[in-house]
Formats: sequence, C-alpha cells, structure tokens
Amino acid sequence: MATAEMTNPADALEDFRTEAAGWLAENFPKSLVGKENLLATVEGGGDSDPEAVAWKKAMGEKGWGTPTWPKAYGGGGLSYREARVLQEEMGKIGAWNPIGGMGVMMLGPTLLEFASEEQKKIHIPPICRGEIRWCQGYSEPGAGSDLASLKTKCEDKGDHWLVNGQKTWTSGGQWADWCFALVRTDTTRKHEGISFILLDMKTPGVEVKPIRMISGTSPFCETFFTDVKVPKENLVGEPGQGWTIGKRLLQHERTNLSGGGRMSRQHGPSLSDMAKRYVGTDDEGCIADTDLRMRIVRHEMAARAFQATARRVMLESKGGNISLASSILKNVGARITQERAELTLEIMGMNGLGWSGDGFSQEELGATRGWLWGKAVSIYGGTTEIQNNVIAKRILGMLDHQ
Amino acid sequence: MAVLNEEQTMLRDMARDWARTQSPVTAFRKVRDAGAAIGFDPGAFAAQAEMGWTGVIIPENYGGSDFGYLSLGLVLEETGRTLTASPLGTTTLAAASALILGGDEAQKQAWLPRIASGEAIAALAVDEGARHDPRAIAATAYKSGDGWTLSGTKVFVAEGDAAHLFVVAAQTGQGIGLFLVPGDAQGVSRVSRNMVDARSHAEIVFDKVVLGADALIGPENGAGLLDQVLDRARAGVAAEMLGLAVQAFEDTLDYLKTREQFGEILSRFQALQHRMANQFTQIELMRSVVEGALEAIDAGRDDIAEKVSLAKATACETLHLVSREMIQLHGGIGMTDEHHAGFYIKRARILENAWGNAAFHRERFARLAGY
Repeated sequence: MATAEMTNPADALEDFRTEAAGWLAENFPKSLVGKENLLATVEGGGDSDPEAVAWKKAMGEKGWGTPTWPKAYGGGGLSYREARVLQEEMGKIGAWNPIGGMGVMMLGPTLLEFASEEQKKIHIPPICRGEIRWCQGYSEPGAGSDLASLKTKCEDKGDHWLVNGQKTWTSGGQWADWCFALVRTDTTRKHEGISFILLDMKTPGVEVKPIRMISGTSPFCETFFTDVKVPKENLVGEPGQGWTIGKRLLQHERTNLSGGGRMSRQHGPSLSDMAKRYVGTDDEGCIADTDLRMRIVRHEMAARAFQATARRVMLESKGGNISLASSILKNVGARITQERAELTLEIMGMNGLGWSGDGFSQEELGATRGWLWGKAVSIYGGTTEIQNNVIAKRILGMLDHQ
Repeated sequence: MAVLNEEQTMLRDMARDWARTQSPVTAFRKVRDAGAAIGFDPGAFAAQAEMGWTGVIIPENYGGSDFGYLSLGLVLEETGRTLTASPLGTTTLAAASALILGGDEAQKQAWLPRIASGEAIAALAVDEGARHDPRAIAATAYKSGDGWTLSGTKVFVAEGDAAHLFVVAAQTGQGIGLFLVPGDAQGVSRVSRNMVDARSHAEIVFDKVVLGADALIGPENGAGLLDQVLDRARAGVAAEMLGLAVQAFEDTLDYLKTREQFGEILSRFQALQHRMANQFTQIELMRSVVEGALEAIDAGRDDIAEKVSLAKATACETLHLVSREMIQLHGGIGMTDEHHAGFYIKRARILENAWGNAAFHRERFARLAGY
C-alpha cells in the first residue's frame, strides 16, 4: 500500500478494507466455511479438496497468508493495521488462513532477521506459498529443559557439514520436508558451540520414528541423523551463533504457539453454551451448577485478559521492539488452553472420557483427545518452570539460582 | 503499557516525576500521622490542579483539557504508586463523569469549571451498605413544590468529609435518579469514619434536603446513567490499583535483591523467583484489561460494562495477591508500622471494596455475557 501514507490514513485503511473484501469474496469459496483444519499446515491434507487447494494457492500467491512479511520474499507487505483489517474481513465471511505451520510461526520471522539475502530468497517464498513443511530439531533425549547441553554433532568437512546425533519431540517430523536444527559445531564451549542449520529431510541418513503419546496420536517423532551431509550454505548466521538465533526463534514460538497467534482464538462452541446443554439451566436461564458456572466465568475472564495482552504485545512490538509482556504469553496461554480442556471434560462428565467408537459424539471424542494432547502445551517450547526462570532472570533481574 | 500519543506520554512522565519527587510515600505518612478527617493533603491537590490534572476528562469549554479517561488513568496510576492522598480520582473522574454524561448545559456550567480548577470537590454518594450494591438504594427524592426533597443515608462516601458537592442516587418513584446536592445544603450532615487507609470515607445523612428542579441530572429513571457513571468510577479505581500493584511489586523485588539469608541474596532462591514471576505475569494481565477498559470508555465502545467488570475483577484479584506477597516476602519488617508495606495492603483492601469487589464483578460479567 504505497499510497497509504499519501492520503488520510483512515481513508486509506478503508480503501484497503474494500479491496480486501473484494478479493476475498472473489477467491474464498463459501463451501470452505467451517472446514479449517488446523493440523493441515503441519500434516498436509486438504489436498483432496480442489477448492481448498485453489484457496491455498490464491492466498499463497497473494502473500496474505503471511500478511506482514516483505513482498520481496513473497509476503503480503501489509502494515499491522492492514493485516488486522484483513483478519477482520476474513472473519466476517468465515475465511481462514490456509498458510501456517512452523515455517510461518517460527522459522520465517527468524530467517528475516538472521539469514543471508540468498537464504531468504530460497527459503521464505515457499513458506509464504505453504509449499514446504518445516519441523524443529531442538530437543534431544539428554537435552530437554537444559537445551544448551545438546550433543548432535555437526563437523566441518571442508565442502559440507557432517551431522550425527539424535533429536526428539520433533513435531510433525514424519510429514516435514525440511528441518531447522540446533547442532554442535564446537564441543569445547556450551552456548557458543551451537549453530543453526537448515536440513533437507530427504537427505540420506535421516530417519524418523513417530512416538505414540497418551492421546493415542503420534504428533512427535524421534529423528536420527547418521552421517548426514548438509551443504555449507545451509548454516544460518555464523557458526556458534546458533544459540542466539535459536532463542530468538523460541520467542516467536512462545508468542505464536500458545500465545498471541492462532491459538488464542477459541474454536467451537463456548463453554457456557456447552454447560447449558449438558448441565441445564436454572429459573433465570443461568448454568444450573453454580460452582461450575463461576469457574467457567473465571476461565472466560482470564481468557479475555490473555487476549487483551496478546493484542497489547502486538501493538507494542511494532518497529522491532519486544514488549516485556510477551514473556508471559506462553505460560498464560498454556494455562488457559489446559483449563478450557479440563472444564470441557468436567461439563461432559463420563461422556468426556470416551476413547473411541459408539456412544460418544465426535465433539466428545475430540474433547478427550484434545485434553490429553494439550498437556504438551506447558512442556514444549520451554516448560512453565523454564518460562518462570526466564522471567525472573532476564526481566526481573533476579540472579541465577544455579 | 498501552501505545500512547505524545501528550499522554508527556502527562505520564510528568505525573511519574511529580509523584516520585513531590509526593513520595513519606508524604502519605505525614497525612496519616496528621490524622485529619479530610484524609488528603490540600497542598498536593492544589499542585495537581495547578498542573491541570483536575481537568483531564472535562471538555475544554468547561475549563478542562478533554484528554480522556486513559490519560487521567495514567496520572492515577502514577500517583497510586506513591499512595498520594488526593481526591483527584473521586472528584474529577467519578463525580465529574455524572455531570459530563448526564448534566444539562446549566448544570455543567455551574459545576464543571469549578471541578476542573480544583476549587470544588465533588463526591459520588451511592452505596447505603458495607458492600457495593447499586440496586439496593433506599434514599428517596420526592417532588415537592418546583423541586425535590431528598432523604437518606449514604455510607463510606469517598472524600465525603471535604466534598462541596454530592452526586446522590435516590429513588424517584420512576426509578433511580441522580441528584446534585451542595455540601452546605440545609439537612446535610456528615459523620467521619476512621478507616485503615487513613483517607476520607464519611457517612452522609440527607434529612429532607430541599432541592430545586435543576438538581436532577439525567432522567428520573436514571439507573442506566448511574451504571455508566459507576463504570467510569470503577475504571478510575482500577487505574489507581494498577499503580499500587506495580509499586508494591517493585519494592518487594528490590527488597529480595538486597536482603541476605543463609549467605545468599534472597532473589537467588528459585522458590521466590517463581513467586515473583507469577506476580509479574498477573500484573501484566491486569495492565492489559485496565488500560483496555479506559480505552473502551474513550472510544465510546458498546462493551464498556463488560470491559470494566473484567478490569475491576482482575485488578481486585491481582492487587490482593501482590499486597499479600509484599508483606510475606518482606517478613517481619513488612509488618512494622515503620515500613510502608502496611500502607499498601490497607489501601488495597479499601480499593478492592470500592464500587464492587471481585465477586461482584465476576457475577456482573457473567450476567452480561449470558452465563
């Protein structure tokens, strides 16, 4: 919107609204309303529906799946205000963003900040078009909360890097095309010995084994690297800069995954409607179980405070600033996600504990699995306890306890 | 911190500087020690008026600057940090809102310029019991002659000891109406109450007070107007509470960084780090909803009531937590009168009760949202 600055900003924003609404009306098929599959960006899928394919292609080419990213790399080039208008217009007609996954939420913003011009040109446009699925190679069996103790070795072999080691909790590893990973290029220094590399999952020596979880699904994998050759140009930043880059990426993860991004929007019916349906109402039309009712109210108010904070972080983070409040989003988001799942189960009673088959609605079975899966939210991307350490040490300046 | 414009940033910085240098907690201690019934420092209030803070939400043609509620909230937050004893929030935000929202031209002309200059102090007299309940109003106003006769008793009226004007809620027969009652009117009497925060919370008796026809603000069934006025008062109190929470937290943090036990600085203990991280988290959430409520008022949004109840309930819970932690983490020193931790927890509980506690606002939020 080069013209936006020339005219009255409010008018320009309304012009953009008209433009966005027009484009969306033309390109978003009404048949796709309510068919958003959040997992599709990680697991693929949706390919069987030609209209979903066309929608993804249209959004990808327009760059509006990554609305605020620079146009030069395939993004939408929109201002934050315009992006918000776009989101509002999409909301009005039930349109959803088909471009997502870790490339969008974590890697892209990190590459924009740290990658070379050539790396940006190669790797960002396919993310904007939703063509490449990325996975994250961070945790190892011996490096969980103490991530910097990671051991996966990355040796300089002159014309290439040679990678050996094991990663775990690789989300979507079995579906991913590429992996961004933290590897050790120097065994003599802990944090300064870590580098950030990009790795094609089809490279010989990469092996992926899904891990079955309490939810019965396998969203995570073990990933083994045995003599994996990685081209020299796939190292981002300088060797030894990986910890800095990797931490920055975690900030994006913490803001997006369970924070201010897509997850903050609640899907499905409200807890209040669900409770009225399952538990019934009193003479005044209120949820009959008064104790449950007040806990739902507390939850809803906490969720609203969280959303207000996510919005505040977005507004305050303009121009490259990092809002201090961003540090709380991961923990609060996790708490709210898990509380919602627990309340849903409580509302459904025994019907919320079905595992499969007859006697349970899809909504009920989904609630059970979602509840179990959701236990991961306070563990991945830095546990609640690690987040509290980060707040205490980095923000509050309390000295290291170690 | 909300994204502020240049005027708001200047106002906030000025308020912060003034509170720190001219009105530190030691100034409040002097007011407390003096024990005067008016419960504030006339010098501090005069200084605030001098700087124009008394006219922040009042329109320019009535002597104010019309900077809005968020702007006044920023001032109240900064002066709340140091517990500045001043009627600023009560008169220029809560009571002035009644005139701004419901007053006719003559009523505004009669009072707003005097409130904006700090010459007159106005107070909001609504509650008749120990717990906030704007539906339980027994005070009455009967039409008599050309005007009204108002009777009833209002309790815990903030700044009631010094007020020149009361905005009184009373049953009119058509519903609840709001009335302007000058403090020196025949039949108005005041009883001071000595409360933990050493501020003014007086009982005001209105005994057959004869008023003109122009005493009524807004309609005779003005419960809706009262709700709007109360929401502004609540948002103002929440802003002051934010200041208290931030300062109580920062003082506790500073203490943990200096106090040593077991040969270690306390802030090195992880058990304490996580308690502080939790408080920091809650305060950030509190800031978002308090600023959100003030912004909603400025923008004239249609969900002000919901946003205000969210803000006040959150403010109550958070300040409650932080003020308790302040005492506990300071240990015995925090329980001495010599230390200021006690001032914070005392003022905190008063503000938690003001215009509805957390439970009141959770229930109100629930009703508004259809739970």
